[in-house]
Amino acid sequence: MLHIVNKSATERNSLESCLRLATKGSAVLLIEDAVYAVTKGGTAAANIQAAMADLQIYALGPDLDARGMSARVLDGVKVVDYGGFVDLVAENNVCQSWL
Amino acid sequence: MSDMMDDMEGGEGVVKKFMFVNRKAPHGTIYALEGLEVVLVSAAFDQDVSMVFVDDGVYELIKGMNTKGIEVKDFSKTYRALDGYDIEKLYVEQSSMDARGLTEADLIVDVTVLDSAEMASLMAEQDVVISY
Repeated sequence: MLHIVNKSATERNSLESCLRLATKGSAVLLIEDAVYAVTKGGTAAANIQAAMADLQIYALGPDLDARGMSARVLDGVKVVDYGGFVDLVAENNVCQSWL
Repeated sequence: MSDMMDDMEGGEGVVKKFMFVNRKAPHGTIYALEGLEVVLVSAAFDQDVSMVFVDDGVYELIKGMNTKGIEVKDFSKTYRALDGYDIEKLYVEQSSMDARGLTEADLIVDVTVLDSAEMASLMAEQDVVISY
């Protein structure tokens, strides 16, 4: 399954809920304000690093660029472009958006 | 209302302390941009304006944004124009920066960094607080 999160982890609990309920082997794609969660030094960084043991974590590159965060991405997070976003949707039978 | 018009039209109207509180990240919602637009409007009324950035609002001031890929306006450079409008009181909260792994060197404008108690005092002394 592909989980998509678009809200800041320091404003909403959608990322926290996603990481709690996503099953092993799932992909998690962070877009829009959710991309701040995969940046170094933030409060969500430890949660993301722990989650990478069981989940593939992706972040949308254009959203990182727009927020000045491209150079701060945590190791192990895969940065994808819009084409990569489409590939993830195509590869997974089910997409769950955590609005 | 007539008092308000006098304030707007006369050069000797009452100057109030206005604070604009920014708590949202840019781009994901319209709040940050709209808040900035209102601050620029407020500059026309010669009031005592402070802008503060707490929680995700500190993300509004990050250097090096490139919004081409998401096809929205990069308004972050507008913060650098604020001093041209005599809006020079910019404050960020230390704990909001710390929680996001940010330092003053990451910001596009010069700011005053306040601890939470100082920020609280500053808020408490305002005549008008407008929050985004």
